[in-house]
Parts: sequence; structure tokens; C-alpha cells
Amino acid sequence: MRIEYFQLIDRIVDLNLADRKISSEALVPAVSTIFEGHFPGYPLMPGVLLIEAMAQTAGWLVVAINRFERMPFLAAVKEAKLRTFIKPGQLLSIDAHLDHDGSGYAIVETKIRAERKLICDATLTLCVLDFPNAKMEQQMRDLAASIGLKVEAPADG
Amino acid sequence: MSSTFETIANIIAETCDIPRDSITPDSHAINDLGIDSLDFLDIAFAIDKAFGIKLPLEQWTQEVNDGKATTDQYFVLKNLSARIDELVAAKGA
Repeated sequence: MRIEYFQLIDRIVDLNLADRKISSEALVPAVSTIFEGHFPGYPLMPGVLLIEAMAQTAGWLVVAINRFERMPFLAAVKEAKLRTFIKPGQLLSIDAHLDHDGSGYAIVETKIRAERKLICDATLTLCVLDFPNAKMEQQMRDLAASIGLKVEAPADG
Repeated sequence: MSSTFETIANIIAETCDIPRDSITPDSHAINDLGIDSLDFLDIAFAIDKAFGIKLPLEQWTQEVNDGKATTDQYFVLKNLSARIDELVAAKGA
């Protein structure tokens, strides 16, 4: 997890396009300036970053389903529950399931577990748009490759 | 009015906390009811689920942006109901 660069996902563990599911892992760093403020003397992974980790996992799922033709952006977070504290050094297992593939949006159910214990969950709405530019698209492809997200090219191109 | 209208009116009332009595077949979802694009995604999701369809929001938006259609054609609720009925019929064809 490169927390300061907002790269919260370390690797894709499993991608099942038929079942519209993905699993990822992320190791919370042992040391980060974020923990100096959150909180002094009691470092905790901020809940908003747990939600971001779920959103990034959900986003990779949508990217994979769209075969890199479109880019998801977080639009809404619903029914988010942050159940347990996460401390530096903990390994997160993140699951996402595409509940609905709408026209220009997607609804994704997401969960994070640590040591098999449910940590948090949320229903996310993602707007799915064309990539704003080629540079961003290429950077997303490079980032996907670095975390082990493999998506075949579309059959027609 | 059709059961389709009743269903989407109830969805809008519940999703956007709009009094059901203020929602009529002639209501424009955006201009009269003040529904914004993000709230409309929630409505579209509920409609997709309720009718087992996929509202072609992107196509409709493109048509409006290109001047090939007006928002009235898709967002006045009696017209939206008719579009939904067409999509449901096409699905069953």
C-alpha cells in the first residue's frame, strides 16, 4: 500500500468476470505520516481510506469488466459500516461484487476483512465514463499490470 | 394512470423524499421535482431492478446533448413510463 500516493491496493488475488467478483489484498504500512495525526499515540487506519480501498477494488472490477474501455469514478457511498479498528501493519482482504451494471453507472457491494474478521462494508455507486485522456488510461493500465490485474483485449479489437 | 407510472412515482418518492402527492404524470423529474443527476442514478437503479431492464441513460443524455431529443421526452414521467414500457416489451420480444 502506497498510502501517500493513494495507491491502496497491493495486488489482485482473484478476478472472476463470470461471477462479477474480485478480491484484492492491501498491507497497511507500519509507518506513515498519516498515523502521526491519526492519532497521536494511537495510530489507526482512517476509515475514509478503508472506504477508498473498497472503492479502488470496486473500480478495478469495473475496469476489468469494461476491459479498460471506461473509467469508474466514486459517486456515492451507502450503508458504510466501519466495524473495527485497523492498525499499522495489518493485512486487508478486500472483496467486491458487481450488483448492477447500469448505463453509465455501476453498483458494487464491497467488504474488507482482516484475519477473516469483517472490518467494514459498503455499497458503492460508481459513475462509469470515458477515460478523460490517453495519459490517464495508460497510467491505469500500467498500475493494473503492477498489481496483477490481467484483462484480455476485447474480441473485436 | 398506468402501473408503470405508479411504480416510478413511488420509487421517486421513496428515493428522493418527495411527497408522493406532488408527483404527477406531467411532472418533469429535473425541472419540476428538482432531481439531480446523482439522485437520478438511484432512481435508475431502482427502475432497472423493478422492471428488469437497463435504462439507456447515456444514450438519452447524448441525444439531448446533440439536440436530437428534448429532456421532456425522457424525463416527463408519463413519457418515462412509456419508454420503460417499450423497454420491457422489447425485452420480452
